[in-house]
Amino acid sequence: MLDWLKSPILTFQEFVNLAGRASLNAFRRPFYGQDLALQMDTIGVGSLPITVLIGFFSGVIMALQMSRALSQYGATGQVGQITAITLVREMGPVLTALLIAGRNASGIASELGSMKVSEQIDAMRALGTDPVKKLVTPRLLAMCITLPLLTIIADFVGIVGGYMVAVPLLRLTTGSQYWNNAWRSLEYNDIAQGLIKPLLFAFIIALVGCLYGMRTSGGTQGVGRATTQAVVVASVWIFIVTALVTRIFVNL
Amino acid sequence: MPRNEAKEHRCILKFEEVSVYFDQPDPVLDRVSFEIWSGETRIILGAAGSGKTVMMKVALGLLKATSGRVSVMGQDVTDFDERQWYEVRSHIGVLFQEGGLFDSLTIEENVAYPLLNQARFMVGGKKPTLDTVRPDVQEALNFVELGNTLNKFPSELSGGMRRRVGIARGSVADPDLFLYDSPTAGLDPITANTIIALLIKDREMRNTTAAIITHRFQDGHLLANFRYNPEKDRLERLPASSPLREKTKFMVMKEGRLVFEGREAELDASLDPYISKFSMHPAKKVS
Ligand SMILES: Nc1ncnc2c1ncn2[C@@H]1O[C@H](COP(=O)(O)OP(=O)(O)OP(=O)(O)O)[C@@H](O)[C@H]1O
Ligand SMILES: [Mg+2]
Repeated sequence: MLDWLKSPILTFQEFVNLAGRASLNAFRRPFYGQDLALQMDTIGVGSLPITVLIGFFSGVIMALQMSRALSQYGATGQVGQITAITLVREMGPVLTALLIAGRNASGIASELGSMKVSEQIDAMRALGTDPVKKLVTPRLLAMCITLPLLTIIADFVGIVGGYMVAVPLLRLTTGSQYWNNAWRSLEYNDIAQGLIKPLLFAFIIALVGCLYGMRTSGGTQGVGRATTQAVVVASVWIFIVTALVTRIFVNL
Repeated sequence: MPRNEAKEHRCILKFEEVSVYFDQPDPVLDRVSFEIWSGETRIILGAAGSGKTVMMKVALGLLKATSGRVSVMGQDVTDFDERQWYEVRSHIGVLFQEGGLFDSLTIEENVAYPLLNQARFMVGGKKPTLDTVRPDVQEALNFVELGNTLNKFPSELSGGMRRRVGIARGSVADPDLFLYDSPTAGLDPITANTIIALLIKDREMRNTTAAIITHRFQDGHLLANFRYNPEKDRLERLPASSPLREKTKFMVMKEGRLVFEGREAELDASLDPYISKFSMHPAKKVS
């Protein structure tokens, strides 16, 4: 009767299992430092330009949209506050994570997927290395380090984007008022929320990418399937998790 | 690496009623039992999908048997965990059907991989360096006549060359058992014969026990009837009375079951239509 639930539950169990093994391995020797550096470079440095671009425009769009509503209430001075809060709490983390999911969950899944179908993962196990330690742990660590950093950058660039619209372009407020407003409005709660989310998203993106990659079967076609699935599943979970976390923080 | 010259006569690989099930109700391996003894060459034949690769992966602990028992080098490994398997696997050389060469590493790094990563080669808890293992890597690559490709990447080599790198990587740690999964698949007949010649040479020089999965009956025929002559550096036909002929045995798999086990003469004599398809000189059915 509950047959349709079996496969997702098994997948989730595999996910938790992989999360546990990959995290524990971070504290066990041998430590693959070179792999970590390489992954931080592909995920972090490689995603920087696009993150900056998307972050900037989300700030710009937010300030533009808000300008109408705020001027109706004569509250144009609040534009800094609104941009900062929305960006730090929600838009920054979610947009960055979706971007990285599209760019790197797929990249990880297709890389590990090709390794799976060409039996490189079997070869690793046969020749003395644990693929979880060698492949998954460095990707998870790299993601946990770089995604929060990218999010902070996106948040900051977004607030700058909002400033460009609010001050030089539409003259809604003065520069010092915008920055003061933006800075003061951010509470401890917002910052905590804005940093916990990217950390959770990092787990989702890295592990979903690795899990779907390592489960690939059925040749090159299978790699394509695994890649698509990884992006879809990671994106859905990003939305579910952000809703849950926001719910918790709203109640605090 | 120290070569253990005197490899005593012992059971290297033993399957007892091994079955493997995946998601489907039908088994992929169905109560397979056999033994491979040291010094033996075992040819494993069978149609695509008959379970040959699965069988090899069970022998390596890469897949778990659903039921039955597996022993490797006299040790019952059925219930081993991954950590214990690493030690067992470090005595088994393997050539994967899809190659399994690491395409982000150079040929040298690929061949050095087992020496750098297996616990058995650690000195004082530390990995050896690429420089210290280079002589062994060079020797293994010279053996497969690829001594000048150290700094190339697998993608820069032809299919036949990649197979040879796989053989070098599998043999560099001087394994007690070598598993070759379809070493000649997808190669032209000439290249395929050079690969088989390498296996025969390896068998002669190091006296390795080997299991060879193949679709080509010519491969089995060559392995059963030829030896390498190191003085003349070429293959020569074994005399009909040679005891070495006894060392090559054939196995035929069909839909997960082991349907034939025996010497070439017995394979040739089989009247079963499926089994005789894998024979070089099939017997004529007399009705
Ligand atoms: N991981 C797996 N999950 C589910 N089914 C599998 C898996 N691996 C293999 N199979 C199935 O097991 C059967 C035997 O596969 P196997 O790869 O051993 O065949 P083979 O004899 O090596 O064939 P070939 O000569 O084509 O390499 C096939 O039907 C295959 O679909
Ligand atoms: Mg196969």
